[in-house]
Amino acid sequence: MSNTKHNMSLAGEPPNRLNTTQKIATGIGWTGVFILTLSLFNVSFPDWGLWLSLGLIALGVIIFANDQYLGKPTAVKNNGIWFKSMTSRGVLAWGTGILLTLFYIVLYWHPQYLGYNPDGANSGIIALFDPLSRMISGLPASQWFVYGTLYTLAILAFGYKFLLKYRHNRYEVIRTFSVMFFQLGFAFLLPEILMRLNQPYYNPVNIWPLNYDLFADYKLQEFFSAGNVGVLMILFGIASIFIITPILTYFYGKRWYCSWVCGCGGLAETAGDPYRHLSDKSRSAWKFERWIIHSVLVFVVVMTIGVIYSFLNDNPADFWLTKDVFLWSSAGFLVLFFALIMIFKKDQLAADAKKAATIFLVVILAIISVNYFSGNGNIFFFHGSQLRTWYGFFIGAAFSGVIGVGFYPIFGNRVWCRFGCPMAAILGMQQRLFSRFRITTNGGQCISCGNCSTYCEMGIDVRAYAQKGENIVRSSCVGCGICADVCPRGVLKLENGPREKRINGDGVLLGNDVDLLDLIREQKQSNKETESSRL
Amino acid sequence: MSKEPEHVVIIGNGVAGITAARHIRKISDKRITVISAESDYFFSRTALMYVYMGHMKWKNIEPYEEWFWKENRIELKRARVEKLNTAAKILIFESGEQMDYDKLILATGSLPRKIGWEGENLKGVQGLVTKQDLELLEENSQGCKKAVIVGGGLIGVELAEMLHTRNIEVTMLIREQSFWRNVLPEKDAAFISEHIESHGVELEFGTQLDKIIGDETGRVRAILTSTGEEIFCDLVGLSIGVVPNISFLKDSEIETNVGILVDPYLQTSVEDVFAVGDCVQQREQIDDRSPVEAVWYTARMMGETVAQTVCGNLFRYNPGKWFNSAKFFDIEYQTYGRVWPDPKEDEQHLHWEHKNREKAITIAFNTKSGKFLGINTFGIRMKHEVFDEWLREEKGLEFVLTNLRNANFDPEFYSRHEKEIFSSFKEDFVRS
Repeated sequence: MSNTKHNMSLAGEPPNRLNTTQKIATGIGWTGVFILTLSLFNVSFPDWGLWLSLGLIALGVIIFANDQYLGKPTAVKNNGIWFKSMTSRGVLAWGTGILLTLFYIVLYWHPQYLGYNPDGANSGIIALFDPLSRMISGLPASQWFVYGTLYTLAILAFGYKFLLKYRHNRYEVIRTFSVMFFQLGFAFLLPEILMRLNQPYYNPVNIWPLNYDLFADYKLQEFFSAGNVGVLMILFGIASIFIITPILTYFYGKRWYCSWVCGCGGLAETAGDPYRHLSDKSRSAWKFERWIIHSVLVFVVVMTIGVIYSFLNDNPADFWLTKDVFLWSSAGFLVLFFALIMIFKKDQLAADAKKAATIFLVVILAIISVNYFSGNGNIFFFHGSQLRTWYGFFIGAAFSGVIGVGFYPIFGNRVWCRFGCPMAAILGMQQRLFSRFRITTNGGQCISCGNCSTYCEMGIDVRAYAQKGENIVRSSCVGCGICADVCPRGVLKLENGPREKRINGDGVLLGNDVDLLDLIREQKQSNKETESSRL
Repeated sequence: MSKEPEHVVIIGNGVAGITAARHIRKISDKRITVISAESDYFFSRTALMYVYMGHMKWKNIEPYEEWFWKENRIELKRARVEKLNTAAKILIFESGEQMDYDKLILATGSLPRKIGWEGENLKGVQGLVTKQDLELLEENSQGCKKAVIVGGGLIGVELAEMLHTRNIEVTMLIREQSFWRNVLPEKDAAFISEHIESHGVELEFGTQLDKIIGDETGRVRAILTSTGEEIFCDLVGLSIGVVPNISFLKDSEIETNVGILVDPYLQTSVEDVFAVGDCVQQREQIDDRSPVEAVWYTARMMGETVAQTVCGNLFRYNPGKWFNSAKFFDIEYQTYGRVWPDPKEDEQHLHWEHKNREKAITIAFNTKSGKFLGINTFGIRMKHEVFDEWLREEKGLEFVLTNLRNANFDPEFYSRHEKEIFSSFKEDFVRS
């Protein structure tokens, strides 16, 4: 197909062809998808129609993966990735991207096309999922149930493929079992079972601000009306943000969440694995990333403050936490947080990070003050629920769904996690400033080949550090471990260790005269102030 | 009016030349020009194979983006230098154009070694060193069914792995009785040979190339081995080593032998002309190293060293303890210190292999002093820093064995084998 355009391959047989088994497997999988499609047209299937369809999809992926990996040497093999249409932005990739995008648009904004009917019996594909939904939660299916089922199926089936591909690497194997477990148990089954028990729909590992609805008024009412269980859920949600998350990130880096627990990460690591090399590694993409992800974080903080503010009462007699108390303690928390970082972590922040943080803080405080002192009742010019609707539309749906997953085959598998996820932004700050996690480089062994950077789904130019003998300590690193796996010289290792010398900007490559290395280290240190061009 | 900065010109944009340029820029404001006939930008030569195998695109093997060169004021020029006039300090390009320099660094690398075989210039016969070689290989693999690789070694096994991904059948002619035996001890060489063969590559040991036979179109049709066997093939990969790329110096004042002769300061026989990397031949012996070392790491270290000297901090080229690395299909290899292929006097080897035949270790030590001499490790990653320290501090074998786990650099959750290695060595030791 379009492989010759993208590389120098003019050869007869680049390894981009499917063999017979793989063709049959593809056929089986697509038959499963075809049944789903048929159901859209209200072709009626018996109850086992759904099982048949999901079964065929899973079977197709499993047969394909078995053929591709079993009986072959156990080592990472990325042969021909840049030659295949599907993984090098060829026709297949664009087609898949567009189909996924259309699916997301219908899912988010026109679920009725899928057959969703909140006022009566479902039809179409939603009806196909009714029996399964009734079995688990006792309720008819919604578009979210359909989506959740397919999402879980993708993580499990492609997780199996991932397990085979990386079976030589126990870190990858254990990590993948973890994401499969959390998706199936916590993200998919647990909330549905809670519904069956008449409890609030709740997934304890879907943490605010990734779960931006946790403090929405409908959700808070649901929690409060559920009594002790509901209060426990809220408390656990708050503890996750302020206690559990920082502690785990301190010990293990943000990977404990992003590539071991999170569902978005789970899909990216499994179904998205063949697209990891498509992430943009340029310095300009990195700059863009830093601005946009922190803007989303500010947006979600503002939105949540607004939502809770409008939920609360004015009267301290009703509840000690009044609008005013909440508002000024939030402002106080933000100022304190900002001040502590600026005081204690000053040397670890780049100039533009300090500038951006200051701008963000001033803007938030200014808006709060203007609204508060003008007494207009809204705290960010608009009502909290309005902000939440916009956030849901632009960030929750358009960014994380349509762009985040729909564009896997074009921009890579972690677009949402890298550019949009506010949870990743918070964990990233913790990882950069308060964690024991780092990727260590091995002496002077780097040969600058670029496999690490190429296969970094977060677009980190890993090589830029490795070829200077510096550890990689980046906010965005989700600790997937693939850089270390594809390294042909054993240069990279993910590690938790003492914080001392974790960030070694004066690192040098070993091997040369020790006096010369000392001199180079000194020169690097004295250049540090002026050096911005990564010499 | 300030004086114009000194102009440092570097010929060759490989790792030696580019490392020199980067380090000169770090500590000086000299004008820097890097000239290359091969490519517009620096790329990782060791990564050429990954482009062919579809792991990476050409852009991926370039370690720096374009802004890097502009922001760091490193001027790049794509041209071939034809002649040097060292008396007038002028370079003359193929196009006739000229360039002045104040200091010149030669970093022209190496070329595949040929030894005058009959048919070595036929179509379909090639080595793999340059970007052009890679382009040629793409061309030569079109419709290719069978390839013969002459010589083992690192480029040979890379070629084998590359061609293997295109479903091209590969036979390697190896002079010794096992793969890379002139570098690896017998058991290590056998271990790697077995691994290469497990991928379906045919290894013919004790065999050399006699001649290459062409067809009427001037393309290779077959080869004849030293054992009289005729092997039909469409492609012949030459990998019996590399030689310094110095032919453009033949009319210059610069003294050469196999490579460009340099003193311990990497200075050539002509003032203000230095040389680094593969093209260099040391006049003075540096510990147990070979006078010509065509290795990524030594090229880099020469680049680091010459940058200081050019900027006025006169530094001897004095590389530290030997280390190297490679990957043979799926098995990574690292080495620290010296493990000679055939033990020298008072040197003894301990060898351990994992039962799955994917991991192995050989440790060399001195039987008299008990000193640890070096390690070859296959399929187990080890820390360079730790071994560098142990070697410099001349630790004993026992110390190394009891502390081996501190040197491990495998990913988290990997199985560890220190105990097994320790007891296996103990058995060997008792037996010997």
